[in-house]
Amino acid sequence: MGGAVNLGQRFYLREVLSGLGLTAGHFFRNLGKHIAHSLGKKDSRGAVTIQYPEERRPQSPRLRTLHRLVRREDGSPRCVACMMCETVCPARCIYIVADEHPNPEIEKMPQRFDIDLGKCVFCGYCVEACPEDAIRMDTGILEFSAYDRRSMIYTKEMLLSLEPAGVDGRPRSPIPIPPRRNV
Amino acid sequence: MSVVADLGIAFGRVAFVMMFVLNTAAILGWVERKQSAIMQDRIGANRASIFGIRAMGLFHPLADTLKMLTKEDFRPAGADKTLFSLAPFVSVLFALVAFASIPFGDVLHIGDRAIPLQAVTLNVGILYVFAMLSLGVYGVMMAGWSSGNNFALLGGQRAAALMITAEIAIGASVMGVIMVYGSLNMMDIARAQGQLLWGWLPKWGIVTQPLAFILFVTAGIAATKRIPFDFPEGESEIIGYNVEYSGMKFGMFLMTDMVETTVLAGLSTALFLGGWQVPYLLADGFHFPWGSELLLSPLTVTLLQVGSFVTKVAVMIFILMLIRWTLPRFRYDQAMRLGWLGLFPLSILNIVLTGAVLLAWGAR
Repeated sequence: MGGAVNLGQRFYLREVLSGLGLTAGHFFRNLGKHIAHSLGKKDSRGAVTIQYPEERRPQSPRLRTLHRLVRREDGSPRCVACMMCETVCPARCIYIVADEHPNPEIEKMPQRFDIDLGKCVFCGYCVEACPEDAIRMDTGILEFSAYDRRSMIYTKEMLLSLEPAGVDGRPRSPIPIPPRRNV
Repeated sequence: MSVVADLGIAFGRVAFVMMFVLNTAAILGWVERKQSAIMQDRIGANRASIFGIRAMGLFHPLADTLKMLTKEDFRPAGADKTLFSLAPFVSVLFALVAFASIPFGDVLHIGDRAIPLQAVTLNVGILYVFAMLSLGVYGVMMAGWSSGNNFALLGGQRAAALMITAEIAIGASVMGVIMVYGSLNMMDIARAQGQLLWGWLPKWGIVTQPLAFILFVTAGIAATKRIPFDFPEGESEIIGYNVEYSGMKFGMFLMTDMVETTVLAGLSTALFLGGWQVPYLLADGFHFPWGSELLLSPLTVTLLQVGSFVTKVAVMIFILMLIRWTLPRFRYDQAMRLGWLGLFPLSILNIVLTGAVLLAWGAR
């Protein structure tokens, strides 16, 4: 028996009634707001619920979402396969194979650029490390998923096809579908 | 011909009560979800739809039932086959029949026939309801014992201990009501609550027996085994008597809880909230204490009475749900302390006080 409990609290009833008053207050206040909402007063909200698939939380512009590879004007990746992101990645989820670039002024280009999103921790270090501003995490895409681990590996082509999110933070490109693999 | 009519009337009375209890219990699943959601600033389940019509989540009880019916009906290898299958039926049966003697309206006169608006007219109605509610615990104990699971057995024992605690407090707290109205017949008790105290205050049980009302509701919630007295089940951590049940058998235990809540609401309405009484409404219409009158036809009066009963039950269910979604669970020892050192002595005190007041009232 704790010593700090006085007789009124030991008797339960008063505390129970004050608790019931609190919850009943919430109930009737929210019920009134719900009724006002259904009668046409649309800014009256009785619940803090966000009805997810139809309605979305506002996203911060700094939110780190699915990666994309930035394209040059001719559509080839801006990436020069310097391996900085692969080196800095704490989850070791980036895999790059370098290749010669046809343009002699550009040193290299990635032949393969795979990100294993099943391993990625979305720390954003790859974006920070990149000297060419070739990888960004601003697509606004959050809901990528797959039925097996191998389908979580996104290839260079998939990452190149993505657009940055619009000004409202919504994704402008569809969620890339991983190519069908024989597992 | 008159035998057929009598049978039809008897059947109609039983059917009304059965429909009322079963449908209320089914809708309670929706009420529970929505009320708790609104209390907690949420929206609540609203996704089940038929042809795109969501109807504020009203189809969720239907979807629940379908889910329960189509799930695997698993029976553990160590379980007692007969008792394991019997337990949920025993549990839900006694909860369902308990409502039978609760009146939902006054005696209705059609022609020369007098029809009491309750499923069964018993002159020991209160004892019948308590007997049925107490028998309900056999289903729970059966479930706990026959599962072949020690946790389930312990849950069943907790349920039995809680039931004894609750039943004693319920019985003792209702004694005061029986003393005031001088009858065990629920119809007589409901009718006696239509009298007026000092010419203006309806003589409802909550007016004459306020302490008994609080004790009765507290012990009644314990008897329904719902939060804050849900340690027989304790589904989130200590697990209870229904841990081995799945599919519709589990659903029947859930239904038992809902039906018992309805019965508790009906019982407290009949005993403490005036039953089917509307204030100042007599058999021929309203007679207000300031002298004005409003005469109504007998059928209107009956409809008003039944409507009044249903409304009071709904309000009582709202309060029970409010309690269920506000208070945290009592520990086993806390509930035992509350039952044996709180509710029971207070009920005895209430009996003594009621007796003293009645004696003084009669002597005056």
